[in-house]
Amino acid sequence: MLKITNVKKVFNPGTVNEKVALAGVSLTVNDGDFATIIGSNGAGKSTLFNCIGGSFFPDEGHVYLDDCDITYVPEYKRAVEIGRLFQDPMKGTAPHMTIEENLALAYLRVAKKKAVFSRISSAERKMFRERLALLDMGLEDRMKQPVGLLSGGQRQALTLLMATLVPPKILLLDEHTAALDPATADKVIALTKRVVEENHLACLMITHNMHSALELGNRTLMMDDGHIVLDISGEERAGLTVDGLLEKFRTGAGKELDNDRILFSKVES
Amino acid sequence: MSFLTSLISLSVVTNALELGIIYGLIALALFLSYSILNIADLSTDGCFTLGCAVGAQVTIMGHPILAIFAAMAAGVCSGFIMASLQTRLGVEPILSGIIVNTGLYTVNLAVMGFSANLSIFKKDTIYSLCKDFFGATWYKLILSAIIVLIVCVLLAWFLGTRLGLSIRATGDNEDMVRASSINPGFTITVGLCISGSLTALSGCLIGQYQKSCDINMGTGMVTIALASLIIGETLLGKRSIPRRIVGVIVGSCVYRFVIAIALRLHVPAEAMKLVSAVIVAIAIAAPYLKSRVALQRQKAANAA
Repeated sequence: MLKITNVKKVFNPGTVNEKVALAGVSLTVNDGDFATIIGSNGAGKSTLFNCIGGSFFPDEGHVYLDDCDITYVPEYKRAVEIGRLFQDPMKGTAPHMTIEENLALAYLRVAKKKAVFSRISSAERKMFRERLALLDMGLEDRMKQPVGLLSGGQRQALTLLMATLVPPKILLLDEHTAALDPATADKVIALTKRVVEENHLACLMITHNMHSALELGNRTLMMDDGHIVLDISGEERAGLTVDGLLEKFRTGAGKELDNDRILFSKVES
Repeated sequence: MSFLTSLISLSVVTNALELGIIYGLIALALFLSYSILNIADLSTDGCFTLGCAVGAQVTIMGHPILAIFAAMAAGVCSGFIMASLQTRLGVEPILSGIIVNTGLYTVNLAVMGFSANLSIFKKDTIYSLCKDFFGATWYKLILSAIIVLIVCVLLAWFLGTRLGLSIRATGDNEDMVRASSINPGFTITVGLCISGSLTALSGCLIGQYQKSCDINMGTGMVTIALASLIIGETLLGKRSIPRRIVGVIVGSCVYRFVIAIALRLHVPAEAMKLVSAVIVAIAIAAPYLKSRVALQRQKAANAA
């Protein structure tokens, strides 16, 4: 369970460029919760993820993971419990290392107690192979190839596998399909859904696609100007259309949604 | 042809191989810091002299084998200080190398007893110890080759272990290393310590090989090692780790051959640094020029 209490983050304080990215956000995400997050440009979605993931520390407030205060725990230490995917498929993998080596690194999250001088064992190799086969992309036969040769979609699928190889307590997805072509994006979304359900993870997913925001998961959050302006789940969410969601945003934030990409995705569909 | 054979005699070949193999260790150190960790380690020059000075002092005390380990330990310290500046104090990698290099000059002088030269004449070195065993012509080459072979095998093995993989990933994608719950500060420290120990080992071997140590002997080492590294990568490519390690040593030997030939062509010793710089520039530019030539050919073929 993830709990955030009154988290504040201001960039460039005291200058003309001062920007309140998070203005006291509180949020609780239970195990098994899959919440989608949408919001206008600069609403603080990624800043929220950075505070949870530990890329930087909040100015005020606390972040708890299973009642353990992780507000100031270094990023690499909390990575044991937090899996994270970015929009850029290049961010999650080491391009000059093989698929197998990348997986072995991800597996270090549990294998850490093993001797640092041990090598990839054949049992691990077999396990990696089985898990890769589940992606249904033929990667299991390319384990000795450098990851840099894979396509963006394949790399993102691999990153998803790496982030969940050892199930984390919470999975943070930051528009992880935005840079992919529609067919590959659908595949990665389906994969995400399966991984989250199978491992019963708590998951937060930022998206600019209003349809996936409503379709996926069991909860939708809308952010604007450093606040969570809307938090819907259950029946209220079940019957909601994209237009209804926009209407709710208007009432919640007191203005029109100004994320061009979101509006584009609305027109496209 | 006769002109070529007149240039290359057996002694020239063995000499170039000996130096190529020993200096290859610095190129290996740079392979680890520059190619793998993506850190330009400018403390190489000072670290090389440090290894030589420490090794020479211990050899003069009568322990040539212990000298190797003492020099490597000194190299680890140098690497550790450089890594600490980067990971604990937030100093830019290039600057921390320059800072350590500057500081090492005084340290090296102190190790050498505040004299600019040390001589190891009339003392046993690891080379003189095995002279009877391997024979008078080949002993230096064989012993250097054995030591470097051991280092290469250990390094190739190490880079396949969990810790080695983490170090490789640190230079490739630091974010991903953090996401795998590894502290990149730790992997950088381990990598630079190993790299420092290899540089110092090279210095120690050169000291015992030449039976002397000079405070300025390290000057320009980083350029030479970089040249070796790039010649190796141009010749053998950037494929598997063992292949790249072999490439580094091959590159270092090729570089020494070029220098040896330049010397045989009566290029004055004072001009050798310039020759080195030219070789480095050519080696670095070669892959780029190759792609340019290929593009021009393609253009021509397309136009026809």
